Amino acid sequence: MLEYVKRCIVRVWAIDTLRDAGLQALELMIGLDEAMMNIVALSVQVSLSAVVLSCLIALPIGAATAVGRFPGRQAIIVVMNAFMGLPPVVVGLIVYLALSRAGPLGPMGLLFTPTAMVLAQALLVTPIIAALTRQIVADAWEEYREQLQSLGSNGFRSALTLIWDTRFSLLTAVLAGLGRATAEVGAVMIVGGNIDGVTRVMTTAIALETSKGDLALALALGAILILLVVMLNSSAYLISEAARRRYG
Amino acid sequence: MAHLSVENLCYDIGGRRIIDSISIEFSARRSVVLGPNGAGKSVLLRLCHGLLVPTAGSICWRADANVAVRQAMVFQRPVMLRRSALANLTHALSLAGVGASEARERAITALRSAGLEALAHRSARVLSGGEQQRLALARAWALRPDILFLDEPTANLDPVATREVEAVIDAIHRAGTQVIMTTHNLGQARRMGDDILFIARGRLLERASADHFFRAPKSAEAAAFIEGELPW
Repeated sequence: MLEYVKRCIVRVWAIDTLRDAGLQALELMIGLDEAMMNIVALSVQVSLSAVVLSCLIALPIGAATAVGRFPGRQAIIVVMNAFMGLPPVVVGLIVYLALSRAGPLGPMGLLFTPTAMVLAQALLVTPIIAALTRQIVADAWEEYREQLQSLGSNGFRSALTLIWDTRFSLLTAVLAGLGRATAEVGAVMIVGGNIDGVTRVMTTAIALETSKGDLALALALGAILILLVVMLNSSAYLISEAARRRYG
Repeated sequence: MAHLSVENLCYDIGGRRIIDSISIEFSARRSVVLGPNGAGKSVLLRLCHGLLVPTAGSICWRADANVAVRQAMVFQRPVMLRRSALANLTHALSLAGVGASEARERAITALRSAGLEALAHRSARVLSGGEQQRLALARAWALRPDILFLDEPTANLDPVATREVEAVIDAIHRAGTQVIMTTHNLGQARRMGDDILFIARGRLLERASADHFFRAPKSAEAAAFIEGELPW
């Protein structure tokens, strides 16, 4: 009996902290708390840079493997597909080793900087964007191949034409990459070091604050993270729907 | 006028012979390739156009002057890019090496000739099937080909759209382009063909003027085909 009462008290106390944390989180969000907003801004900046960098590599690779027939193409496709599910901590470890003082890129002094986080996230999402691009462009190539060849379009021109023609579908691929970049925690934690005000992003802050027991900031950041992802995806959906109506 | 002839043309795929030693000289201004499904009509056009490489035999192009022969092809299902009708034409012209300002001029002229001027700035892929096929013809026309290949250009169209497409083909032909087309529509073959080439199971069975072919086909297969019988 005594045991049961004790458990009830503990539970109510727990709910109380939850409620307090929730209220504090709301306060932080409504007040646009400066420390919190800095974390959000850095997160968005790092992930956007990573995705832009990744697109520069992934879109050409995806289109080339979809349209071209060259030695090593199969191997690239297999690696791309396999690496779609790359564990972020392993990517973090590899980038850490490359950027650490003794590593090949050590002299650049990038470890524990936002640049290192951009590199790690770019490495993580490049296979995802490249593999999705390949699928989207290959499907279009199937439909367009004869027509483009008939018009005398070479492989390179065809790839450019297809990337432009599938631009609205590719937006979805790029957003998949952006979603992955903003949501991952392992890679940025290792190469960024979660330094307050320098390399602390939403995910690493949530992990840290939760383990410290500061649930308010963790909850607020979590809510913002989800809000961002939902906003991104719904705008992508709206854009592609509008494009489908306009361009067919 | 450019001359196209094929000599002992063969095409195999997966050990199956699709085109079996066909030799033709395309001398008529308008040739229509007839034959049942799977006869090899589309493959023959693709071989001539250069989209497929023959297993054996040769394709010979001969132009009057010492210039490269220009050729274009319009497919059964038009493939349009996600951009305006006009941009689809200028894209094709740019691939053909035509400069931007001339391309625009030629594209507008071709659209006008195909009766599509009002749709120039509409997105090509939301046009109706008939409009898209006329747009595909305008795109081919803008390239000013010596020879135009048409692979069942009206197969998916209703009678009105078919008439409109035929009118455009007719205009292209009258402007001096040699037309080589396939069709399943015997009425169309009568209307559009000077020469009929009848193909079955990859072989050229008969070649005659349209008038002669429909009045007195020489082969039993052709006679059955015209009658709508299906001996296959």
